[in-house]
Amino acid sequence: MLVADRVIAGALMALSLYFMWHATVLPIGWNGTTGGPGGGGFPFWLSAIMLLASSGIFLRSFKTNARAGTFFDMSMLRPVLEVIAALVVTIALMPILGSYIAIPLFLFWYLKIFGRHGWVLTLSLVIATPIFLFFFFEVTIKILLPKGITEPLFFPLYAMFF
Amino acid sequence: MELLSHLADGFATSLSPLNLMIVLIGVTAGLFIGAMPGLGSVNGVAIVLPLTFIVPPNSAIILLAAIYYGAMYGGAVSSILLGIPGASTAVATTFDGRPMAQQGKAGLALIAAAVASFVGGTISVILFTLFAVPLADIALAFGPAEEFALVLMAFTTFVGLGGDDVLKTIVMICLGLVLSTVGLDLISGQPRLIFFDQPGFYSGISFLVLAIGVYGIGEVLYTIETSKTAPTVTAAKITMRELGHGLREMNRLWKTMSLGSFLGFFVGMLPAAGATPAALMSYGVAKSISKKGKNFGKGEIEGVAAPETANNAASTGSLLPMLTLGIPGSPTTALLLGGMVMWGLVPGPMLFIEQPDFVWGLISSLYTANLAAVLVNIALIPLFVWALRMPFTVLCSLVMVLCIVGGYAPSQKMHDVWLIAGFGVAGYLLRKADYPLAPLVLALVLGPLMEKSFRQTLIAEQGNVLAFVERPISGTFMAIAALFFVLPLIKYIRRSGKKTVAPAE
Repeated sequence: MLVADRVIAGALMALSLYFMWHATVLPIGWNGTTGGPGGGGFPFWLSAIMLLASSGIFLRSFKTNARAGTFFDMSMLRPVLEVIAALVVTIALMPILGSYIAIPLFLFWYLKIFGRHGWVLTLSLVIATPIFLFFFFEVTIKILLPKGITEPLFFPLYAMFF
Repeated sequence: MELLSHLADGFATSLSPLNLMIVLIGVTAGLFIGAMPGLGSVNGVAIVLPLTFIVPPNSAIILLAAIYYGAMYGGAVSSILLGIPGASTAVATTFDGRPMAQQGKAGLALIAAAVASFVGGTISVILFTLFAVPLADIALAFGPAEEFALVLMAFTTFVGLGGDDVLKTIVMICLGLVLSTVGLDLISGQPRLIFFDQPGFYSGISFLVLAIGVYGIGEVLYTIETSKTAPTVTAAKITMRELGHGLREMNRLWKTMSLGSFLGFFVGMLPAAGATPAALMSYGVAKSISKKGKNFGKGEIEGVAAPETANNAASTGSLLPMLTLGIPGSPTTALLLGGMVMWGLVPGPMLFIEQPDFVWGLISSLYTANLAAVLVNIALIPLFVWALRMPFTVLCSLVMVLCIVGGYAPSQKMHDVWLIAGFGVAGYLLRKADYPLAPLVLALVLGPLMEKSFRQTLIAEQGNVLAFVERPISGTFMAIAALFFVLPLIKYIRRSGKKTVAPAE
C-alpha cells in the first residue's frame, strides 16, 4: 500500500511538472495592460499547488509507519488487467474493423471466455446489442458509429433507413 | 401565490404525455441502476447522459433528474436484499435493513425504505420550491467577483468538511481545474495545454468524458475486483397485508422522518457533504433520540427510515445550489449541470428569468418523479429480486459497451474514447489509493466558471486583487472559504498538541 501510494504521488508530481511546462507557452505572470494573469497563469499556478500537495503526500509516506494491507489483491489483478487489455483492443479495432465487429467481439470475450456463461446468453447478447446500438444511435439520433472496412456493408441499410 | 401559479405552469409541462413517460422511464431505469451493487446515481447519470440525445433538451434534464431520484430509492434495495449498499448513499440503510431481511422482514424493510424515501423526497421538494426563488433573487446581484468567491467556497468545503485526506483532496481539485483549462484560452483564444499536439485537445476535455471514464469504466474495474464472490439474495414477497402493516408502522415515525428530511436537505446543499454523510448523520440522530435507540442495528424499522429520508432529501438539496447558483451540490448534480450547459441551458439565477418554463417544469417533475418512484419501487420489488441475481459479468460488459459508444456519440471522435479508457484506469487507481473523485469531477465542471470570473474581475478592477475581499458579499464568501480551509489545520494542531501532552500523564 505504501509503495503504491508513493508511486501514485510520484506520478502526480511528474504530471503537474508536465502541466507546468505546457502552461508556460502562454504568459503565466501578471499582464500589466489588461489586468489579471495571462492565459497560462491559471493552469501554471494550479499545477504548482498540485505539485506541492502531491510532494507532501510523497514525503509523508516516508514518515508514517508502513500501513497494513496490500494495494492489489494479486488474485484479482489478473482479471482487472485482462479487462483493461480487452477494452484497449476493442477501442483500437473500432476504427479499423468497425464498431459492429469490435463490440460483438468484446462482448463474446467478456461473456463466454471471461465470464464463462452459456452459449444461449452469450449469443443472444452478442447479437442483440449491436442491433440495439444501430437502431438507437444511427437510425434514431443519427449518430454514425465508426465502421472502418465494414462501411460498404452498411450502404443498403443506410438506403433503407435514411 | 405567484409561486403556486409558477408551479401550476410547471405541472402543465411536466404532466404532458411525453414528460410523464420520461419520468416513468427515468425512475424505473434509476431504480434498477441504483439497486445494482456498486452503481449509484452518479454512475447512472454518467452512463445514460449520451443516450438522452434522443429527447429534447428540457425533457433530457427531466429524464436525468428522474434517474437521479430513482437511483436514490433503488440504493436501498441491494442494501436490504444483499447486505451490500447499492450506492455509497445507502450505506446507512444496511445497518438495520440487512438484519431485518435476515429476520424474514425483507418486504417490510423495502416498504419502509420506499415510503421513507417518498417522505424525504416530498418534504425536500417542498423546501426546494420555497427556497429556489429567494435564493435565485439573491444570486442575481452576484457579479464575477462573487461568482469566483462562491466557487472557491464550494471547493474549500471539500477541504474543510469532506472527511478525505486534505492533501489528496487538494491534488484532485487542482487536477480537475487544470484539466478544465485544456483547449483554448477563454480570454485571448490562444491554444494551451495541447498535449502531444493532438488536435482532439483543442476542444478541451468534456466533463462527460471524465465522468464516463471515472464513473463508468473505473467503476466496472473496481466492481470486478470487489465482487468475485456472488452474494446471496434474500427473497422478499410483498402482500397487501404487509403493505398495510408497513404503512401503519411508518405512520408512527413522522418525527424521525421529518428530522431526516430537514437534515438531509441542508446537508445535501453543501458540495462536499451530500447524501452519504446526511444519511449517516440522520441515522445517528435518530438513534440517540429514539426510544428504541438500543435496538438500532438489530433490525429496527426506524433505522431504515432515518437514513432513507435523509439521502433522498439530500439529493433534492444538492439540486438547489446547482439550479439557482450554478454551483452543483454533488457529483451527480455536477453532471446535470454539465448536461444543461451542453444543451445551452446555463444554470444560475438568469435561468429563472429566461427559461421559467424549463425551471418550473423541472421542479414540478420532481413531485411527479417522487410519486412515480414510490409506486414503481413497491410494484417492481419481485423484479428487483430477480435482477439482483444477474451475474456481474453481464452487467459489467454491457456497461462497458455503453461507455465506449456513449463516449463516442457526443463528439464523434475516437480521441474521446481513448481519453475515457485512460480516465477509467487512472480513476480506478486513484480511488484505490483513497483519492476522492467527487472534487475532481466538480472541479472540471466548475473550472471554466472559476477562471472566467477570476479574470473578468481582475480586468474590470484593473488588476486589483483586493476586489474579491472589498465587496461585501464576495468578502463574506472569501472569509467562509478561508475558515473551511484552515479547519483541518486547526484540527491537526489540536490533535498533535494532545499527542505531545499524552505521555506526560
